[in-house]
Amino acid sequence: MTAVTPFPADGRPLLEVRQLSQQYFLRRQKLFAPRPILKVLQDIDFAVRPGEAVGLVGESGSGKTTLTRMLTGVEKPHEGHVVFDGVDVWSGGEAHRRLFRRSVQVVLQNPRSSLDPRMRVGTSLLEPLRSLKIEGDHAARVLEVLDQVGLQKSALERFPHEFSGGQLQRIAIARALMPNPRVLIADEPVSALDVSIQAQVLNLLKDLVRDLGLGLVFIAHDLSVVAYTTSKVYVMSSGKIVEVGKPLDLFRNPSAEATQNLVGAVLSVESGLAGNALA
Amino acid sequence: MTGSAPAIEVKDLSVGNGVVTAVRGVSFTIPQGGRMGLVGESGSGKSMTALALMGLLPMGWSTHGSVLHDGVDLVKQSDRAFSSRRGRTISMVFQDPLSSLNPVRRVGEQISWVIRRHTGADKKAAEQQTIELMTQMKLPRPEQLVRAYPHEISGGQRQRIMIAMALACYPQLIIADEPTTALDVTVQKQVLRLLNGAVNERGSALLMITHDLPIIAAMCDTVAVMYAGRIVEMGPVQEVFRNPRHHYTRGLLDSQPTMDNIALDGSARLVSIPGMVPPLHNLPTGCAFNPRCPAATDKCRTVMPELAGEGLQAACWHPVDSASEVAAQ
Repeated sequence: MTAVTPFPADGRPLLEVRQLSQQYFLRRQKLFAPRPILKVLQDIDFAVRPGEAVGLVGESGSGKTTLTRMLTGVEKPHEGHVVFDGVDVWSGGEAHRRLFRRSVQVVLQNPRSSLDPRMRVGTSLLEPLRSLKIEGDHAARVLEVLDQVGLQKSALERFPHEFSGGQLQRIAIARALMPNPRVLIADEPVSALDVSIQAQVLNLLKDLVRDLGLGLVFIAHDLSVVAYTTSKVYVMSSGKIVEVGKPLDLFRNPSAEATQNLVGAVLSVESGLAGNALA
Repeated sequence: MTGSAPAIEVKDLSVGNGVVTAVRGVSFTIPQGGRMGLVGESGSGKSMTALALMGLLPMGWSTHGSVLHDGVDLVKQSDRAFSSRRGRTISMVFQDPLSSLNPVRRVGEQISWVIRRHTGADKKAAEQQTIELMTQMKLPRPEQLVRAYPHEISGGQRQRIMIAMALACYPQLIIADEPTTALDVTVQKQVLRLLNGAVNERGSALLMITHDLPIIAAMCDTVAVMYAGRIVEMGPVQEVFRNPRHHYTRGLLDSQPTMDNIALDGSARLVSIPGMVPPLHNLPTGCAFNPRCPAATDKCRTVMPELAGEGLQAACWHPVDSASEVAAQ
């Protein structure tokens, strides 16, 4: 099994959504009235290229999570397209959809709840291969992935409770890497971790993007973490993308109100020591 | 009550359950109106310290040492005496307001209970005070909001209700345990600002417990850094954060991503502290930080360092040399 899928030479997006909208029907307010509609995403254009780390920021309720659900194929959009490798996921046929499913993997916020506490780590790692019905030399793949995330072989025999938060997040990343994905979606991957460990996980994600040519979609509320990890940031607010750009440009000269609010909310040790953090 | 006695004086406090000791000989003093930050990672014992001060330790955990507050030793105090004290002279803002508020009682009722329990005010007066407190917390339409249940209001509003409850009886000491961790970033600053203003106005002392260094820098004047149940460094915030003496504090500060230390080309690598926080049941001998410390020697592996120094105290055999640190930058 080859570890690295070659980059498309033209740098075209690996995973993108075009003019994507999603809406939910709310509960009927009156017996014969039509059900009210909640528009959660409106006209979203979003793309991630191989070897590129893209950030997604916004307040809670801005639609970040719904967008992730679209990007992973958990939900079908109301309007618009989810395109993987140049082919529409929802009209491209079953075979392409299966390729899409194994090629886009997720790392969630809290590894303590995303790993099965009764499963040995080794079993957890094999789980994606089993559910995606992937054939091949699984044992070799496990060792390869453990090496990529910097874990010992002995980890395989142990249970999640025996690990610290940082190690567990490595295991969760390893599990996401098992089916050899081309896009990794990390939803607040460090916000449940201690500060001293955060850096280890962020550095690991950065290395994976560089070494494996992965596309990374990085969702976080901490702007400095996003700026550190990604090279392009999308800012979301009430279901729309309001600003896109390089993280530092965006955070130094925010133009959209949502970005300004996020930037204004950042606290730093320096501003605290200067005594103007809460001004 | 003597005006000059500290708001709280903790001496050699240990908290354990017979199997593990979560807090191992912690001492600190917060003067009247002082603000101290307690920083540490999960498992460092910072929350256990807070619960011990509040008399809210889980079943089976016990406290040793002494905690002098308001002329009594809280460690020796009965549960009954504690419950008449909580919310009156010492109060706490918890991390997650949704699980700390009573879900089946209206929020206004919960605040006025605190007032009635401790001041003996009648129902009407307590309700009036509740509305005043909620106004002060900049809660919208307090007259209507008093009738809301916790699930009907936003997270930021819930936390402001918690702060209003904690402040209701003008306590000498407010303990805030990760008060903004469960909140959205944009709300965090607003809540901190309100807490800051309200604490200032009442002249209460504040013990701020968090893993978030910027919050400590913004809110506190002294800071104690905890690691594996002990305070490893303590002193004025300005000194500790600018010129830390302990390698753990140094590491914490360095692993903080900020807008300033990120290189424009994105090639920057964050410094991380290698290894992990040791489990309480299997602490290394000597300094608990020695397996992760860049300056560890044989002495560090065998003899436990005590806090030493004037002003800024650090428990380290080979403290960070601030002069060389400045030169390196």
